[in-house]
Amino acid sequence: MTTKLSLRAEGEAISPQIETEEFFVNMGPQHPATHGILRLLLKLDGEVLQEITPYIGYLHRNFEKICENRTYTQVIPYTDRLDYIGAMNNNLGYCIAVERLMGITIPERAEYIRVIMAELNRVASHLVWLGTFALDLGAWSVLLYCFREREEIMNLYEETCGARLTYSYMRIGGVSSDLPDGFVEKAKRFVNYCRPKIDDYEALLSKNAIFLERTKGIGILPKELAINYGVSGPLLRGSGVQWDLRKEEPYSIYERFKFDVPVGTNGDCWDRYKVRIEEMRQSLKVLEQALNDIPQGETLAKVPRVIRPPKGEVYFRSESPRGELGFYVVSDNSPKPYRIKVRAPSFSNLSCISEICNGWKVADIVAILGSIDIVLGELDR
Amino acid sequence: MKFIWMLLISAIIAGFISISAMFLIWWERKVSAHIQTRLGPMRVGWHGVLQSIADAVKLLLKENILPKGADKWVFLAAPVVAFAPAFMAYVCIPFGEAFGKTLIVQDLNIGILYILSVTSLGVLGIFMAGWGSNNKYSLLGGMRSVAQMVSYEVPVVLSIVGVLMLANSLSMVEIVHAQKGMWFIMPQFLGFFIYITAATAEVNRAPFDIPEAESEIVAGFHTEYSGMKFAMFFVAEYTNLFTISAIATTLFLGGWLGPKVFHPVIWFLIKTYGVVFLLIWARWTFPRLRVDQMMEMSWKFLVPLALVNIGITGIVVLWLY
Repeated sequence: MTTKLSLRAEGEAISPQIETEEFFVNMGPQHPATHGILRLLLKLDGEVLQEITPYIGYLHRNFEKICENRTYTQVIPYTDRLDYIGAMNNNLGYCIAVERLMGITIPERAEYIRVIMAELNRVASHLVWLGTFALDLGAWSVLLYCFREREEIMNLYEETCGARLTYSYMRIGGVSSDLPDGFVEKAKRFVNYCRPKIDDYEALLSKNAIFLERTKGIGILPKELAINYGVSGPLLRGSGVQWDLRKEEPYSIYERFKFDVPVGTNGDCWDRYKVRIEEMRQSLKVLEQALNDIPQGETLAKVPRVIRPPKGEVYFRSESPRGELGFYVVSDNSPKPYRIKVRAPSFSNLSCISEICNGWKVADIVAILGSIDIVLGELDR
Repeated sequence: MKFIWMLLISAIIAGFISISAMFLIWWERKVSAHIQTRLGPMRVGWHGVLQSIADAVKLLLKENILPKGADKWVFLAAPVVAFAPAFMAYVCIPFGEAFGKTLIVQDLNIGILYILSVTSLGVLGIFMAGWGSNNKYSLLGGMRSVAQMVSYEVPVVLSIVGVLMLANSLSMVEIVHAQKGMWFIMPQFLGFFIYITAATAEVNRAPFDIPEAESEIVAGFHTEYSGMKFAMFFVAEYTNLFTISAIATTLFLGGWLGPKVFHPVIWFLIKTYGVVFLLIWARWTFPRLRVDQMMEMSWKFLVPLALVNIGITGIVVLWLY
């Protein structure tokens, strides 16, 4: 006699063994470790991942379309809201793109201020990344330490432009206002204060056996795969590709500064961690040089009241903390851009997740996602 | 007379444990805050000492939520099943000596065996919570906790065998008396290390808080619990924390023994809270292990180490003592 369960196909015998089956888990849109509102559909066999599908778009705000109805200057605040962890770099990317379209050269001092702001922002962004990455792995305290240092940068920003997250500090043709009195000294003090702190984080994490176990050899992203997926930034450098737009296609005045581009070897979470830690040190190095050389002078070039770039198009890419941030701006000689397209590094970086996660455990997925360092504001736009 | 004495002590201890759990919650928040360059609770009472009471009142007033599709009785019983064993262990923990008597509810001659068997019942409650919640994260948490607690039971038991060989008894009071000359942490430092590590894992604390890893499976087995049911899990967790510290104190740190500067009870509390502090410190420093790495640590590292420890202790006890 055979018993049948309603779910089974006709005639299919029930096997006497215990059966196991895969199950689906919706990780997100609300989940502590998705860094925003990202939905990951996991197909799990127990703890082991079989398949992962990212679903995006929960933070879509129609950035590119909105820009078509705003003047060129009005677009700047919107760029803040793309990658809100690295807003200065977004300002920078957009402003340089429009300046190239118009052929504006900006004053020397403004260039220096831009580099200082962008590099401070890179340090702040990597600090947030380091804190949240450690948090994903269960090390709580690092988060608070990182935010303590970031707070110093935020204070510097607040003094300069009044904002702590969405700065809108850069303008087409320079920056909105000059640095406040004593900024350079304070920034120099910060550089000297931050450098030993980075060693502290390394002492907490790099020599910790549990941290090594959790990151070494996890989520390996091979060089070719990274290039094929258009991955950029620390993620690409972690896989061993020496590619930093500040070196490859120097924009602003980056060719004047001496700094190294750290690269990893294996492309695992550990390499990505090391690359970002080292990048913070290099950013501090750039900051130090820029703060020493900053000249006096104007901070805003003479630009027309209404910005009306000549008919044409421009694609400008810069190295944001997350990778290659591209602004494609098309102008029809009206005060409003005809089209703006953003090439967001987070989008390309996340796309490789379904290739590198399979076979790892749930805990590793969190580590891999953390090491990719996505910002949903920029990913969904 | 003996019965009344027992009742009195158990009432005192039950009251003390409840307050202690609340105190530990506040203390952990304070210590972690200072580790993380924060202040922690500051508003309710002096430096926030009454914070736990405020939280308890808040949790008591919360709505009783039963998720749709949950296994009702399993879901409701789980907090109690997790909560009761945590308190049962205190039957044989000696708090000190006063008025010529030992402050212990019942000095069982199999004391430590009783404690170990009772505390391992707690896993049932956690698995019931994981299974009954009808939530995939809870289920994952429940699965993880069963694997973890069952495999860490082994090194816990093995690590204290050395102590039992030296003390020649299973009674908690006898074990303390046997440490009059020298605390067992000296000859049994390996055992102490293994015990502390494995016991941390057994009470699901970081770096072994895998069943409730918030960055992976939200809150693990207690994802669906709120209000008083959540509070019971929470109090059980902190009671267990105090339990393992009290056991470590009794077995390795000479229990209530100490110079006559303080009362024996004070000595016991100082040592126990010292161990608690050590565990809090570890929790806020280390990242979390992965589930398979944690199993490897138990079976490939702690268990062999504990066996070596037993072997060496055996040789010393047999031929050199």
